[in-house]
Amino acid sequence: MTIRLGGIIAGLAITAVLVLWSLLPGAYSYAFDPPAEPQPSAAFYEHGHGPEGGFAFDGVFGKWDMAQLQRGYQVYKEVCKSCHSLKFVAFRDLSQLGYTEAEVQAEAATWTIPGKDPATGEQTELPGKPTDYFPPVYYAGQGVPPDLSLITKARHDGSNYVYDLLTGYGEPDPAKAAKVGFETPDGLYFNKHFPNVNIAMPAPLSDDQLTYADGTKATTAQMAKDVAAFLTWTAEPSLVERRQTGWFVLGFLLFATTLAFLSYKQIWAGLKPKKK
Amino acid sequence: MATDTAATTELSAADEGVRRRDWIHIAALGTAGVGGASVLFPLISQMAPSADVLAASTTDVDVSAIAEGQSIKAVFRKQPLFVRRLTAAEIEEANKVDVGSLRDPQTLAERTKEGHPDLLVTMGVCTHLGCVPLGAAEGESRGDFGGYFCPCHGSHYDTAARIRKGPAPKNLMVPNYEFTSDTVIRVG
Amino acid sequence: MSFAWAKQYEPQSAFTKWIDEKLPLPRLVYNAVGAGYPVPRNLNYMWNFGVLAGFFLMVQIITGVVLAMHYAANGLVAFATVEHIMRDVNYGWMLRYAHANGASFFFIVIYMHIFRGFFYSSYKAPREMIWLLGVVIFLLMMATAFMGYVLPWGQMSFWGAQVITGLFGAIPLVGEPIQVWILGGYAPDNAALNRFFSLHFLLPFVIAGVVILHIWALHIPGSSNPTGVEVKQESDTVPFHPYYTAKDGFGLGVVLILFTAMVFFLPNALGHPDNYIEANPLSTPAHIVPEWYFWPFYAILRAFTGDLTIPFTGIVLVQAKLLGVIAMFGSILLWFILPWLDKSPVRSGHYRPLFRKFFWFGLIPTMAVLFYCGGAPAEQPYVLISQLATGYYFLHFLVVLPIISQIEVPKPLPFSITEAVIGKGSAPEAPRAGSVDGGDAGTAPEGSLQPAE
Repeated sequence: MTIRLGGIIAGLAITAVLVLWSLLPGAYSYAFDPPAEPQPSAAFYEHGHGPEGGFAFDGVFGKWDMAQLQRGYQVYKEVCKSCHSLKFVAFRDLSQLGYTEAEVQAEAATWTIPGKDPATGEQTELPGKPTDYFPPVYYAGQGVPPDLSLITKARHDGSNYVYDLLTGYGEPDPAKAAKVGFETPDGLYFNKHFPNVNIAMPAPLSDDQLTYADGTKATTAQMAKDVAAFLTWTAEPSLVERRQTGWFVLGFLLFATTLAFLSYKQIWAGLKPKKK
Repeated sequence: MATDTAATTELSAADEGVRRRDWIHIAALGTAGVGGASVLFPLISQMAPSADVLAASTTDVDVSAIAEGQSIKAVFRKQPLFVRRLTAAEIEEANKVDVGSLRDPQTLAERTKEGHPDLLVTMGVCTHLGCVPLGAAEGESRGDFGGYFCPCHGSHYDTAARIRKGPAPKNLMVPNYEFTSDTVIRVG
Repeated sequence: MSFAWAKQYEPQSAFTKWIDEKLPLPRLVYNAVGAGYPVPRNLNYMWNFGVLAGFFLMVQIITGVVLAMHYAANGLVAFATVEHIMRDVNYGWMLRYAHANGASFFFIVIYMHIFRGFFYSSYKAPREMIWLLGVVIFLLMMATAFMGYVLPWGQMSFWGAQVITGLFGAIPLVGEPIQVWILGGYAPDNAALNRFFSLHFLLPFVIAGVVILHIWALHIPGSSNPTGVEVKQESDTVPFHPYYTAKDGFGLGVVLILFTAMVFFLPNALGHPDNYIEANPLSTPAHIVPEWYFWPFYAILRAFTGDLTIPFTGIVLVQAKLLGVIAMFGSILLWFILPWLDKSPVRSGHYRPLFRKFFWFGLIPTMAVLFYCGGAPAEQPYVLISQLATGYYFLHFLVVLPIISQIEVPKPLPFSITEAVIGKGSAPEAPRAGSVDGGDAGTAPEGSLQPAE
C-alpha cells in the first residue's frame, strides 16, 4: 500500500512539474510568440529526385553498369580529384570495375603517391602501385572538401543527392530573390539542391568538359550521373554481391521456415481439439 | 525423434503415418543443420588473409644496384627477404661441396634461376625457430661457412644459404620469384 | 523446482549415464528447455520472444567477437578499421551489418517481450524476481548498445558519446567531475573509446549471466500463460520439447527472414548517414539523434524544457536538464516497483476490461508518440506532444495502474488452462501430451495422445 501511495504521489508530482513548468510555458509561447522567421534561403531549396530513369543499381535486383562506373572514375580523376580525396579506396579495387590486372597497374602508375625514395630516403612522389590507396589531397583554399569514399552513404539518399547537387547549380529566380532580399554571399555559389542553397564548391561540371574514352557524349547530366554511380560503388563495393547473397539466404530461409512450420503443426496436431 | 515407441500400439496404417510425419521433422532439423553449418563459413573465412593482405603478397625488387658480394634486405609478406650477389669465389665454394653430405641436399643451381647463377634470393627467416640470421648487412658475422649466421641458436649457413652447422633442419627457403625484366624480380 | 508430473531425465547409454553421474549437464538442459520442463499448453506467439532474445544475444556475441578481431579502438584508426572490415575482410560487410542490425532486432524482440509482460502482467507474484532480473538485463543492454554505437567513431558515435555522458554532468555538484571521469578526458577521445570497447566486450557476457539467473528464476514458478491462471494439473501443460522447441523454431525462422531482409537489402535503413562521416570534434551534426531504440526515452529526456523555479522569485530549484535526466532514468527504474504498483489479483489483460482499455488506448499510443517525437527535431509541436505523452507515461504506471487495480471488476476467469483451451467439463479427460508412456521425449505426439489409461 505504501508503495502504491508513494507511486501515486510521485506520479502526480512529476506530471505536475512537467505540466506547470515545461508544458504550459511552452504552449503559451508556441501559441502567442511570433514564429521564428524562416531563412530566406529556405524558399529556394528544391528537393531533387535523382537522374531521369534512375541508376542501374537501383532496386533489389540492380546491378553495376561497368561502363558507367569506368566513366564515373574518369570524371573523378579528371575533375573531382583536384579537391576531393578518396582515401578508403585502393587502386587494386579498380579491378572490380572490369579493368584487367595490367590495366589496373598502368592506371595506378598514372597517379603519384607521397613516399620515400628507396635510394636516397628522401620524401618524394612515387608512381602508384595497385596496393596503394588513392592519395590525400592538400587543398589550398578555405575549408576542407570532404573525402568522397563514403559520400553516398554519408548523405540521405546519397546517390541521388550527388547527382542532384552536381546538376543543381544556376541562378536564383531574380524576382523572388529581390522580394525576400536573398543574395548568395560572396565566395559561395547558388545550388538549389544544397540544404541551405549556398555551397562553397563552384559548379564543377560543364558540358563537354572532358572526352569520354568510350565516346559517350559528356553532358553535365551524364557526367553527374556517372560520377554518382562511381561514388556509390566506392561507398559500398559489396552492394551487388550483398543483394545476390541475400536472395540466396532468403530463399533458403523461406524453405527452412516452411519445413519448420509443417513440423510444428505436425507436433501440435491433435493436441488442440476445437473448442466445444 | 525417429524412434517412436509410444505409437507402436497403433495399427500399421498409423505406423505409415508416423513415418510420414517423422520425415518432416528430419527434413526440418536437417535443413536447420545445413543453415547452421553454412553460417560457419563466413565466420571461419573472415580469419583468412583479407583483400589488402592478399594484394600485398607480391613484392617487386630492383636487383640492379647490388654489387658483387653484397646483399640487400627487402620485405616480402612482412618478412625479411635476402637478395645476394655472389662473387665467383663464393659460387665456386658452394659448388665444391659434396651435396650428398648436406643435411638438406640442394645444389646452388637448384637454388638460383637459370642465367642468373650469381643472384641468391632467400627468405631471411632461420628454419630453426624463425629468427632473422645475420650476414646480409655490411659487417655482420657470416658464420663459419661465409653465408649467414643465426645468433639465436647458432645455425651456420653457407654461401648458397644451405644449413651446414647448428640446429636448423632446412636450408634458408627460396621463395617463388621470377625476373620481370633483367633487373627486377617479382617475389610471390 | 518443477511440477510433480515433470518427466525425469533417464540416460540411455552407458556414456550418458557416466556423464550424468559426473556432470549432469544433459539433465540440466533436459529440465531447462527439454522434455523435463512442463509449460502451459496455451502460450501464444507472444511467448516466442524470450527464446528469440536469447538467440539475438548469441548472434551479437558471435558476430561481435569476430568483428573485434579486426577492429582497433584508437581514434586515429577506428573509423578506418571499420571500413577495412567492410571492404577487405572476407564477408566483413556481412558480419558488420549483421551485428549492427542484430542490435536493432535484439531491441525489437526485447520490446515485444517487455510489452507481453505488461499486457499479461507477467511481473506479478510469484514472478517478481524474473521481472526484476529482466529490467536489469534491459538496462545492461542499453549501456552495451550505447557503447557499441560509439565504436565506429563516426560523427553520431562521437556526438552521441558527448551528449549521453553530458547527462551525468546534470548531477548537482559531482556531475562534471563524474563526466570527466567517465570519459577520461574533457571530450570523447582515445581514453573513452578504449574503455567503451573494453566494456562493450565485457557487458554481453554479464548479460548472459543475468539471463541464466532470469531463466533459473523462471523455472521456479514455471512460465506464465495468456489466461493468467496458474497451472493446476498435468493436462494444463505440455513438455517444452518438442512442443515449444518446434514452435520457437518456426518463430525463429520468421524473424530470421525479416532479419536477413534488413541485413542484405536495407542494412543502413536503421542507421544514420552522419555516422559514415569520421568523428570531428569541431563540427556538430545538424540533428543529433540516438539509435531508434532509445527514441522513447530520449523524448522523455527532452520533454523537460523549463527549470523548476519558485514562481515570481526566479529562484531555480532544479534545472530542466536534471529534471529530464531524472525523468528518463525514472521512466525505466519505475519498472522495478511495477509488481507492487499493480495489485489486481487477475494477471491477464484479457480478463481486465478497464486495464485493457488503458493498455491499448493509453500506454501503446503513448509509446508510439514518444518513439516518434524522440526521433523528430526538438521543435514545436513535437515538444508539446512529447510533453503530453511523457505526462501520461508516468501517470499510467504510477497512478492509473494502482487505481484501476483497486476499482476494476475483472471478468470471470476459467477454472484452469485446460478448460480455457478445450471447454468446460472436459478438463479431466482432456487429451494431453505423451508424458507417461514412452521414454523418448521427442516422439511424434499423435500416437501418444490417448487418455492416461
